Amino acid sequence: MAKFEYAPAPESRAILHIRPSYGLFIDGEFVQSSGGSTFKTINPSSEEVLAEVTEAGAADVDIAVRAARKAFDGPWGRLPGAERAKYLFRIARILQERSREFAVLESLDNGKPIKESRDVDIPLAAAHFFYHAGWADKLDHAGLSDGAGQPPRPLGVVGQVIPWNFPLLMLSWKIAPALAAGNTVVLKPAETTPLTALLFAEVCQQADLPAGVVNIITGAGQTGRHLVEHPGVDKVAFTGSTHVGKAIARSLAGTRKRATLELGGKAANIVFDDAAIDQAVEGIVNGIFFNQGHVCCAGSRLLVQESVADDVVMRLKRRVETLRVGDPLDKNTDVGAINSAAQLARIRELTQIGESEGATRWSAPCVLPERGFWFAPTVFTGVSQAHRIAREEIFGPVLSVLTFRTPQEAVAKANNTPYGLSAGVWTEKGSRILWMADQLRAGVIWANTFNRFDPTSPFGGYQESGYGREGGRHGLEAYLRTGASR
Amino acid sequence: MSPTASRRKATEPATPEQRIEVRKTYKLYIGGAFSRSESGRTYKIHAAGRSGRFLANAAMGSRKDARDAVVAARDAFERWAMATAYNRGQVLYRVAELMEGRRGQFATEVAAAEGLTPARADKVVSAAIDRWVWYAGWSDKIAQVLGGVNPVAGPYFNISAPEPTGVVAALAPQCSSLLGLICVLAPIVVSGNTEVILTSEHRPLPAVTLSEVLATSDVPAGVINLITGRTAEVAPWLAAHQDVNAVDLAGAADADGLAWADLERAGADNLKRVLRPAGDGADAVEPDWSPVPDLTRIKAYLETKTIWHPKGG
Repeated sequence: MAKFEYAPAPESRAILHIRPSYGLFIDGEFVQSSGGSTFKTINPSSEEVLAEVTEAGAADVDIAVRAARKAFDGPWGRLPGAERAKYLFRIARILQERSREFAVLESLDNGKPIKESRDVDIPLAAAHFFYHAGWADKLDHAGLSDGAGQPPRPLGVVGQVIPWNFPLLMLSWKIAPALAAGNTVVLKPAETTPLTALLFAEVCQQADLPAGVVNIITGAGQTGRHLVEHPGVDKVAFTGSTHVGKAIARSLAGTRKRATLELGGKAANIVFDDAAIDQAVEGIVNGIFFNQGHVCCAGSRLLVQESVADDVVMRLKRRVETLRVGDPLDKNTDVGAINSAAQLARIRELTQIGESEGATRWSAPCVLPERGFWFAPTVFTGVSQAHRIAREEIFGPVLSVLTFRTPQEAVAKANNTPYGLSAGVWTEKGSRILWMADQLRAGVIWANTFNRFDPTSPFGGYQESGYGREGGRHGLEAYLRTGASR
Repeated sequence: MSPTASRRKATEPATPEQRIEVRKTYKLYIGGAFSRSESGRTYKIHAAGRSGRFLANAAMGSRKDARDAVVAARDAFERWAMATAYNRGQVLYRVAELMEGRRGQFATEVAAAEGLTPARADKVVSAAIDRWVWYAGWSDKIAQVLGGVNPVAGPYFNISAPEPTGVVAALAPQCSSLLGLICVLAPIVVSGNTEVILTSEHRPLPAVTLSEVLATSDVPAGVINLITGRTAEVAPWLAAHQDVNAVDLAGAADADGLAWADLERAGADNLKRVLRPAGDGADAVEPDWSPVPDLTRIKAYLETKTIWHPKGG
């Protein structure tokens, strides 16, 4: 099927004022690192350098944690919940006011299509602050008091490390509940996507948030390690790879620090023969090609019932051919750039392994830009459960198709993974949806939909997809001392 | 007649009026069966307090026993987790009924294990049975208290509900041989998890008697498995076991030669959920188990599952 031709419709960058270099945001202001080490953040769609960013060392982390502690012991800790709430409401409103600026910056730094940063990332980030703002003065009503009626209390200083796939959205998932519960935070954004977090620091200043309540320190893995292992941190919240999550869990062993870990996944998206096939195809596309497949809960394993497999795969390929891959700032773009050269290399390596292990590769026939990091939407058929592309998280626009005959076989294959973050089910039969939802060992089940997120809806995994929930009352609890755990 | 009395008279010839007591062999409880340790080992159990008298030879569980118990617990998981909450509640309540019938035996064993007066031991047994009843009643309340509908901003039905984590390995408290044991054991199974319990090392006999209660109750084989033995020897194998989903380190307090940090670190290899022992810093202390608990121990072994579905006319 031919694509409709569209004229280029790029979103303007004129709204942005990216500084040539950024310091660390500590105790309410931007400061220079004591070490002086820096790194560059680039636009992955063009490899253009966007800004120079500071790499925080151990001494910087220590200063940030102390600032957070001072704020927790001082003005923030004494502030009544109702007043705390107003700061969060302010932040939500400023994010809405400056949403276009954030969307453009996110697409530039991350490579995701502007239609996603504009319609998903930034509105959801604002919604997270708005939702959690309302909790700040209602914690006694959250059903988290212990048997003796003692209300929950904040934990203290929270160290947060977030990934590059949804930079501002992950920041909001972390900071909003932490602040609503009365904690202070030190947050490290990913090294390839620091810019929206640094712009968020400006939002904190505009909101007149007391100094030290939010501290943003930039850097790579070593900076994150300093933060996680700092003895002044009471709780660690991490979103990222299972490999790093395990290392964090090890480093926290024997301490009294709390942790929530939101890690990798290899979700099954299960299509039964009675599903509304065209809707299911949209859901499959959304499940794996949304955000270039850089999604921990991506539906990266398509399990399709054998009787409709040929039809589903045919329609899927026809649909994927229409996806527009290119300039992230173009409003018509469906699939943007891969976030980094390293991630592109990982995707290439695993897809080559997929071919060499015997799966059949099909990639959408699209013209990719010459500069930047790009990978055409790809579908593997003839995949077995033993193939690495069926077991390992690729974190890219690559779908592995497997088939099944009975619901029991679908369940067995879906659960045959050490992960357990999400799963999708497509069928018109209500009782089957509910039965499947019971059987699937995953934290989020999308039935006849996929990749939906909401601040009120708890998100998080089973098994090696991590522990703890983000969002809703459950997510709030992860930032509070309650019951016997007080 | 108490074991001590029978021993004291063992060298004297039995008179027609005197009856020699039939003693019990204390065994492991794995997959619903009573077995000796595959290692063939036993260790001596003595009474607490000044007498320190010999009570029994307990089975000294091994790595292999622990692994067998994990296999039994895994096999039992799906059926127990999928049982209705009402059914699980009744099955667990029945355990309390049977404990009540054996309260004299429990009181004797708790008194010997913990060095308590008969009156005090009787109170402890009452508290343990009542605690079991308290937890049994939670089975069909957990989902309503901890789950609910989420008001998402879109045309979707969205609901969150708790589910059991899977196979849980627990170190039972070292001091409180029955009440503490039940405070650790019951909140794990009430939500549908299955478990492998490493009993108090030096005070395991009430736990073994509890396993005999379990065997005659309706708790399916493999749901609760009890291993007696050296905590520091067996616990690391459970903490590192790749088919164990969570560990409860309550019994790390006062365990000989055991650092709970090592167990937590080993558990990180498959991201086990870890309930740390009470205490500050690296210290581990055994709490007072007598106050009515909150939901902390139930919540520790639950996963929240959230389900979305579109709404449409």
